[in-house]
Amino acid sequence: MNPNWKQIVREHLAALRLPPEREIEIVEELALHLEAAYEDALAGGLSAAEAEARALRSYDWRLLECELSRAEHPWAARALQPPLELIERKGGIRMESLLQDLRFGARMLLRNPGFTLIAVITLALGIGANTALFSVVNGVLLRPLAYRDPDRLVWLSHKAAKPNQNAAISPPTFVDYRNQCQSFENLTALMYGTAFNLTGDGEPERLQGRRVSANFFDTLGVAPALGRGFLAEEDAPERNRVVVLSHGLWRRRFGADQNIVGRALRLNGQSFTVIGVMPAAFRWQADELWSPLALGPENFTPRSRGSEFLWIVARLKPRVTLQQAQAEVSGIAAQIVRQNPDAYPAGGDFIAQVKSLREEVVGDVRLTLLTLLGAVGFVLLIACANVANLSLARASSRRKEIAVRASLGASRFRLIRQMLTESLLLASLSGLGGLLLAGWGIDLLLTLNPANLPRLQEITVDARALSFLLGLALLAVLLCGLAPALQASKTDLQETLKEGDRGAGAGRQRTRSLLVVSEVAMSLVLLVGAGLMVRSFLRLTQVNPGFAPDHVLTMQVALPASKYPEPPQRRAFFQQALERIRALPGVSSVGAIELLPLGGGARSATFAIEGRQTGPNEAQPHSDIRAIAPGYFQTMKIPLLEGRDFTEQDNADGRNVAMIDETLAQLYWPGGDPIGKRLNLQFADKPVWREIVGVVGRIKHKGLDAEYKGQVFYPLAQGRHLGMCLVARTTTDPLSLVSAARGAIRAVDPEQPIDRVMTMEQVVADKVAQPRLTMLLLGAFAVLALVLAAVGVYGVLSYSVTQRTREIGIRMAIGAGQRDVLKLVVRHGMLLTLLGALLGLTASFALTRLMRTLLFGVSANDPLTFIAVALLLSLVALLAALVPARRATKVDPLTALRHD
Amino acid sequence: MPNLLDKEVKRGSTEMLILALVEDRPRHGYEIAKLIEERSDGVLQFHPASLYPLLYRMEKRGLIKGAWIEKAGQRRRRFYKLMPEGKKALNEQRQTWSDFFAALDRVAKINPA
Repeated sequence: MNPNWKQIVREHLAALRLPPEREIEIVEELALHLEAAYEDALAGGLSAAEAEARALRSYDWRLLECELSRAEHPWAARALQPPLELIERKGGIRMESLLQDLRFGARMLLRNPGFTLIAVITLALGIGANTALFSVVNGVLLRPLAYRDPDRLVWLSHKAAKPNQNAAISPPTFVDYRNQCQSFENLTALMYGTAFNLTGDGEPERLQGRRVSANFFDTLGVAPALGRGFLAEEDAPERNRVVVLSHGLWRRRFGADQNIVGRALRLNGQSFTVIGVMPAAFRWQADELWSPLALGPENFTPRSRGSEFLWIVARLKPRVTLQQAQAEVSGIAAQIVRQNPDAYPAGGDFIAQVKSLREEVVGDVRLTLLTLLGAVGFVLLIACANVANLSLARASSRRKEIAVRASLGASRFRLIRQMLTESLLLASLSGLGGLLLAGWGIDLLLTLNPANLPRLQEITVDARALSFLLGLALLAVLLCGLAPALQASKTDLQETLKEGDRGAGAGRQRTRSLLVVSEVAMSLVLLVGAGLMVRSFLRLTQVNPGFAPDHVLTMQVALPASKYPEPPQRRAFFQQALERIRALPGVSSVGAIELLPLGGGARSATFAIEGRQTGPNEAQPHSDIRAIAPGYFQTMKIPLLEGRDFTEQDNADGRNVAMIDETLAQLYWPGGDPIGKRLNLQFADKPVWREIVGVVGRIKHKGLDAEYKGQVFYPLAQGRHLGMCLVARTTTDPLSLVSAARGAIRAVDPEQPIDRVMTMEQVVADKVAQPRLTMLLLGAFAVLALVLAAVGVYGVLSYSVTQRTREIGIRMAIGAGQRDVLKLVVRHGMLLTLLGALLGLTASFALTRLMRTLLFGVSANDPLTFIAVALLLSLVALLAALVPARRATKVDPLTALRHD
Repeated sequence: MPNLLDKEVKRGSTEMLILALVEDRPRHGYEIAKLIEERSDGVLQFHPASLYPLLYRMEKRGLIKGAWIEKAGQRRRRFYKLMPEGKKALNEQRQTWSDFFAALDRVAKINPA
């Protein structure tokens, strides 16, 4: 039986609601066509089912409906027109129309080069800054350490009194942990970075190296790229003359010599055999070479428990958590404390802590980086708000164009798509620009080598950073494009076509005002953050370190023990070197100290005061201890408060003497006189009593923001030191004396390398480099935000002035003066600013608390900063408002009334 | 926009094809579609979904006129015949197209024959 063609056609045309008689005709005609096609197909030899399918396939009902409706009732054509994409699905026109959108978008952007340029630059700055900072965060915080299963690596240390400070571990304690801990697969000990003097072929050089347990590389899970790692038997005194080089040193100093393994190097005057070279990706701090730790019997005497100079890296067994390991280590530590009351007096704040290696490596930059990332995120939001504002203004001037397109049948979806395509173009351009800026930004950051940022070499724009950038660009499209697109597409056709360019919906003006208010609020938060950092930094630099860093040249000299085995040889070297430097023209005084204040490194110890007993639950007196050469206090301009300075007579043959600083004097002799009292610094088994001969002013050693800590000084001539920092006060620029000073030391020993030649001012500057960098970056972001917010205020006001030209004209025609008009516009601007400022102050109040630990000497809610910043912002906003306001006063009432 | 030009050319030429087919005698819709397909060796194909609406529009403009005719032994069908308006339009379009082809030929050596 033939299909009921009429029924089929009628069902499909029902939606058209044709007049009944017309419908009958059309249905009959179309049914006939289908039937004819069906019969032809049957005649062609197809089965009934195949023929029916073919006939039906020849009909595109949707198209028919649409075409018929156009033919039958043209007035309704647009209403019934299916959404564009339904038609476009035919024949792949969809892609074509996207290209069309892109072409059109590009034309629109080119027609408005000013807008395009500003928008692209604004967004590129935002995206670039964000990508650069994200790359830093990625490289430093997110990317796993370049060791095998880095999540299982932990750092074991003894916690000092202050949080986030580590105390080292003594060799016997290390062995206890190694023998007793079940949580770890591997435990390896390493020393604080040690200097190795490389001599022999080429310029003598001081390299940063480290003595490590034989299983150091195994624990980290990285094998040498060339040669081998350490053998267990090499981790013993006299058998440890082997060395593994870093890839960097191997390339830099040895020209990537493939035959380096087996070669002998002179390090610290002794011969070491190169046994391996690490791969390029392997890094441990700034180390360039490693040699076995080789603990000897002298590290395991009864007194050794208090001699703490090791750090422990351990690898957790699979499925052992950090918490489990911590619990076990704490138990063992408690036992060690019980068994060794001499080394760990009761009441001391001894805590063993296990933390992830990553946390130890990254340290306290996390908060700084996250603060900066947050700040730069704000900058991008402000940038987006600004571009959205610009687009809104532009959308207003395009209202006619949009209305015309809508009346020609473009659907709302289509209009939004077109406008989003334009933002997509903008965002792509900005993304490209941002990528360039990010690359430059990172290069700049690396050149600045900020503040010993950990893992600095690992910072690159990698795939993750690129996807971050892409995400930002897309976010920017949505943020900048969606609001204007939605607004514009809501256009009431008739209204727009009638009123011309004049009217703008109240809604649009509200959106623009809202955007400006939030811009002002966000930039205020940034300004407050930056303001706090500036205040904090100023406070920091105003701290008196206890010495005068200007006009002081410093350099570090570390003598090799093999060449200078006896203390008298060492003393003789330093005495000659200092005499030669003192003789240089332009040098007024010289001195030397074991560790420069603020220069990093620390040596402190417990000591005994003659005639005083420490109670069973009382901590032993404790102090920083430094050897110095006479002339040091004078050179550093550290004031002598009582008694006398060391002289050349305070030598090995003279009486044992010491000097202390004010902090220590007040701590242990409050109100009394320490001069003539005697101390035992306990670095020998037999007590060596030293008489205090002088008291000097207090000195900041650890950092400008650290507490003053008591200091004990004793003469270099009564010690056995190999490494000293020489200081020279100069009458000219200290750096002009560098080569002369080097020459003076070469004259004493031509093979002796010199390290860290810098001015004392540089030493201090390095110490505050991190807060300074944070301040500078945050400041730069805040200034950028301020400028963007000012542009925002300016943009909204000048647009509003254009919109209100007629109103202003009328006001002036009925007698308003220029002042009134000025007030009118400025009041509008200041209202927005005040709203934003209020919001911003509230947000700052909450947000700045997060950066509390970054601040020094200023509260996170410092009222002065808050007020000053709000005033600054208002002032800038006022200036931004004045420009359009002045233009408003120039309005000619006659022209304005004719204004369409 | 090439797309638009394409559309215009197609619509204009389709109208001309229909007019030409009903010039010598009235034809029904299915016949028109078949003839276009056959005579162009399948190069030109007519979608019924556009053919009938186009016929109705041409009818409205007075170019053609449709009428139900019953022939002996056959079902009644709607035949379209050429109207004077249509004749005029056909002649005009023929002229335009032949001028166009002549121009194309002069420029690009295309011989439509």
